[in-house]
Amino acid sequence: MKFNTSMPIYLQVITAIKRDLVTGKMKAGDKLPSGRELATLYEINPNTAARVYSELEQEGITFTRRGLGTYVTEDEALIRRLKEEMAEELVTRFLEEMKELGIPPEDAINMATNALSRKL
Amino acid sequence: MLESRNITKKFGSKIAVDQVTLKIEPGYIYAMLGPNGSGKTTWMKMAAGLVKPTSGEMFFDGEPLSVESRRHIAYMSTEPYFYAWMTVGDVGRYYKDFFEDFSPARFSDLLRRMELTEDLKTKSLSSGMMAKLKIAVTMARDARVIMLDEPLNGIDLLAREDITRSITEAAGEDKAILVSSHLVDELETISDYAIFIKNGHLIEVDNIEESRAEAGKSIVDRYREIYGHGGQEW
Repeated sequence: MKFNTSMPIYLQVITAIKRDLVTGKMKAGDKLPSGRELATLYEINPNTAARVYSELEQEGITFTRRGLGTYVTEDEALIRRLKEEMAEELVTRFLEEMKELGIPPEDAINMATNALSRKL
Repeated sequence: MLESRNITKKFGSKIAVDQVTLKIEPGYIYAMLGPNGSGKTTWMKMAAGLVKPTSGEMFFDGEPLSVESRRHIAYMSTEPYFYAWMTVGDVGRYYKDFFEDFSPARFSDLLRRMELTEDLKTKSLSSGMMAKLKIAVTMARDARVIMLDEPLNGIDLLAREDITRSITEAAGEDKAILVSSHLVDELETISDYAIFIKNGHLIEVDNIEESRAEAGKSIVDRYREIYGHGGQEW
């Protein structure tokens, strides 16, 4: 994975894992790699990998089974909520960047609708 | 665990390391950064007990560095140090004779991951393969401090990935790993701390994730600020 090295790495890995969950690449109840394996997989620092899991656990997205490892939450509603949150973030960013270009939200939405109809 | 207090090394009138106080703690990976000739190698050699400080002292677990404490420190220098007649397997046996904590099993495991075989002759190795072999023999020791001097210098992308992976895999709560490089971005994602050395002086020790979070800065950004643009090697 290519990182933006000006932003905390742990946040970028968290986003990547959340995306895997939302897209169904990883499912509710799945076992996750160990912290050490996560470090190898993403080529990141082991303490950063440990931090990824502690933050995900705090958000309720993962949990640990003692002696067995880290698992994805079995709460499907939480994963759906995650999807909505990520989609909202994208929409907000889209509107903000359009605004920076001097395009008001209504026009931005019209442009998106037009682009969609061209595609169909 | 490993620290230098006000350590200075002069070679004639040239000051290679100037009053450096620095502490390396277990559980972390440190990137020691600075252009060639900034004093990284000299500091490491003093920490490994191979070069005697002009003034100041090295400590291990709070005690002055001794023959006993040196056994816990593994150091990989930039100089080639295998005999030309040796095969990769011979290098392992040679190390086994020298270091009590050398694990042949770990050595073969590392060789496999690095895609090296015991029958290869050291004189036939490419620079990337040689770099990987040097890492493998160093990492096969169960040392508490691992110091690697420029392990990524002059080797290709894939070998670099093998090496950075072996560094993260070797990391552990009871181990301190110190890696020097003048190639800054290579160590960006695998290190906890960046130690910046300039003209023999310790400039600062940065917690890398913190400076990303607080200042939005990568270690490449910090490197540029500290050393400027003019004529630096990357």
